[in-house]
Amino acid sequence: MLEVRNLHASVEGNEILKGINLTVNAGEVHSIMGPNGSGKSTLAQVLAGRDTFNVTAGEVIYKGKDMLDLSPDERACEGVFLAFQYPVEIPGVNISHFLKAALNAQRKYRGENELDALDFLDLVKAKANLVELDAQLLKRAINEGFSGGEKKRNEIFQMAMLEPSLAILDETDSGLDIDALKIVAGGVNALRGPDRAMIVVTHYQRLLEYIVPDHVHVLVDGRIVKSGGKELALELEDKGYAWTDQTGKKHPVSA
Amino acid sequence: MIATTEHTNGFIAGFDRLEQADGRSDHWFTPVRRDAITQFADLGFPSTRDEEWRYTNVAPIAKTEFSSARDGAAGVSPADITDKLFNDDGCSRIAFVNGRYCEALSSVRELPPGVKVGALGEAMDTDGDLVAQYLARYAAFDAEAFIALNTAFVEDGAFIHIPRNTDVTDPIHLVYVTTDGEQPAATHPRTLIVADVSSRVTVIESYLGVGEGTYLTNAVTEVVARDNAVVDHYKIGRESPNAYHIGTFHAQLSRDANVSSHALSLGGSLVRNNINTVLDGEGAECTLSGLCVLKDTQHVDNHLRVDHAKPHCDSREFFKGVLDDKSHSVFTGRIVVREDAQKTDGKQTNQNLLLSDEAMADSKPQLEIFADDVKCTHGATIGQVDDEAVFYLRSRGMCEASARDLLVFAFAREGIERIRVEPLRKWLEDWILARLPQGRSLGDVEWPSLT
Repeated sequence: MLEVRNLHASVEGNEILKGINLTVNAGEVHSIMGPNGSGKSTLAQVLAGRDTFNVTAGEVIYKGKDMLDLSPDERACEGVFLAFQYPVEIPGVNISHFLKAALNAQRKYRGENELDALDFLDLVKAKANLVELDAQLLKRAINEGFSGGEKKRNEIFQMAMLEPSLAILDETDSGLDIDALKIVAGGVNALRGPDRAMIVVTHYQRLLEYIVPDHVHVLVDGRIVKSGGKELALELEDKGYAWTDQTGKKHPVSA
Repeated sequence: MIATTEHTNGFIAGFDRLEQADGRSDHWFTPVRRDAITQFADLGFPSTRDEEWRYTNVAPIAKTEFSSARDGAAGVSPADITDKLFNDDGCSRIAFVNGRYCEALSSVRELPPGVKVGALGEAMDTDGDLVAQYLARYAAFDAEAFIALNTAFVEDGAFIHIPRNTDVTDPIHLVYVTTDGEQPAATHPRTLIVADVSSRVTVIESYLGVGEGTYLTNAVTEVVARDNAVVDHYKIGRESPNAYHIGTFHAQLSRDANVSSHALSLGGSLVRNNINTVLDGEGAECTLSGLCVLKDTQHVDNHLRVDHAKPHCDSREFFKGVLDDKSHSVFTGRIVVREDAQKTDGKQTNQNLLLSDEAMADSKPQLEIFADDVKCTHGATIGQVDDEAVFYLRSRGMCEASARDLLVFAFAREGIERIRVEPLRKWLEDWILARLPQGRSLGDVEWPSLT
């Protein structure tokens, strides 16, 4: 589904991604772990099309298309979804309204009929239940005055509404208490399926107890230095990132 | 203030002609008019060297030779104005064309007993004693040239008097229309609203041009809110693209009175809204809000002054601007807290969204505090559409143009959310959406109410 080859990206002349290689197939969950500043969030945002980052080399093939040619909204319409590490507060824009506009933009792109108000409402209710999101929140402005947990649940709710093919979760677990984490993980697991792939970016191994990945990649200084199965996360937890740092320097590994 | 006498002569000569033609030197208001024209001659038009007018240059007004108001009511059909107004079926409407009352465009709904709603010109004759108690007693024509000019030339306008304990539920809509003539015309509409003890009224003033020409509307509105009265006031500026509009709103609040004012500036080339409130009784409260949505080279200057004269009063200022092309907005929000006005709670907020590199906003929140136990805050922002927010919306599938328009609309909508007249708010939403390139597509979805 996704093929990232030798991806380099920089911001204001500083190279952050220094040659990422990553293959994600439909039905798989990949976890990308790494210390602060390693480029995890940059990778997530570059894949979603954030233009503050310059892609200086490499390519990203998604469903056979050159993804770097697509705008962020085209990528969304092609089924890419990014759950933001820091969801943006947007005063004055009501969540349900915005989601209806977004969902219908995607349906239109795919040549499907727009959802009518009733079908939309049914869908909202079902998906809000999935992440135990208070329906009252949906009448409010996007993320405005939301707690950290509410913001993250709102991201997963939106993912459930939009049913992407490739979901990228950027530190969705950071700052969540264990109860909120279970709810978020429950929402994510409910969306796992043979046609859908997920990239779960996280700093902590804890999340992976609830969302069990098929593959784990360790990102250090803009490169994937180690890849393995879910047990790699546990090894990291044991030995810390310093271990991969040394490993990375001594034995560069390309995934 | 620096007088520019050569430019005031036209108006002074006009005043003399009017007096001679009128031949009513015994009218009770004549001494006030004469006083006002003398004040105007002394004050002269303000210049940008005057701190109060630093950002607004009225030289184009001073240099134009205006004719006095013409009779043009016959040329205005109801359709000419309903196209430019919100659906006011639920309102009493009093309409004026070129400064004069127009019965054909007016319709007054059933009103509670004792309520007076009508033309000021007529009331000055038939209800002289009542009008004289209030007219020109609040808006300071000895300090402000445009108020002096209006006071000297008061011919017509609206007079609204709500007796004690009376609740007028249907809004009263005052429509001031100016038509195109051979020469630019000046009108001086005057509105006097008196809300007696524990009464309540909603008044909407619409100013609009039905042509494209240059003209001057120099309006003054005085609001007297006596103890415990509630006045909800709206002013919608839809003057023609080449029109000048100088408007003064002066509200005098007694104990526990509550006045809200909403200034919506959507038209005109040069607009100045002077919004003055005096909180002259304990427990009085005013909420002053405004929104301007500008393009081309439009210039709108909202000039506020809240005078906290007594203790325990609250004031709120919320002004927003959406500025495109080379437009320019000015906000001055002055709160003055007198020495014995303890426990004052004042807040001023001014937010501007610039949609082009050449648009400009000047924002001057000001506090002058002479009491020592008060809570006053102010904040001003001038910015552009937030790229991070645009990316967030796009990452969900909205195209860039729609995402930008949605954010602009959301920003503007916060500027009208305090409007309590539902058809007016709906009309304004539609007007703003129609202004945005992708607005039409945004409008297809039902907008849920904000909480």
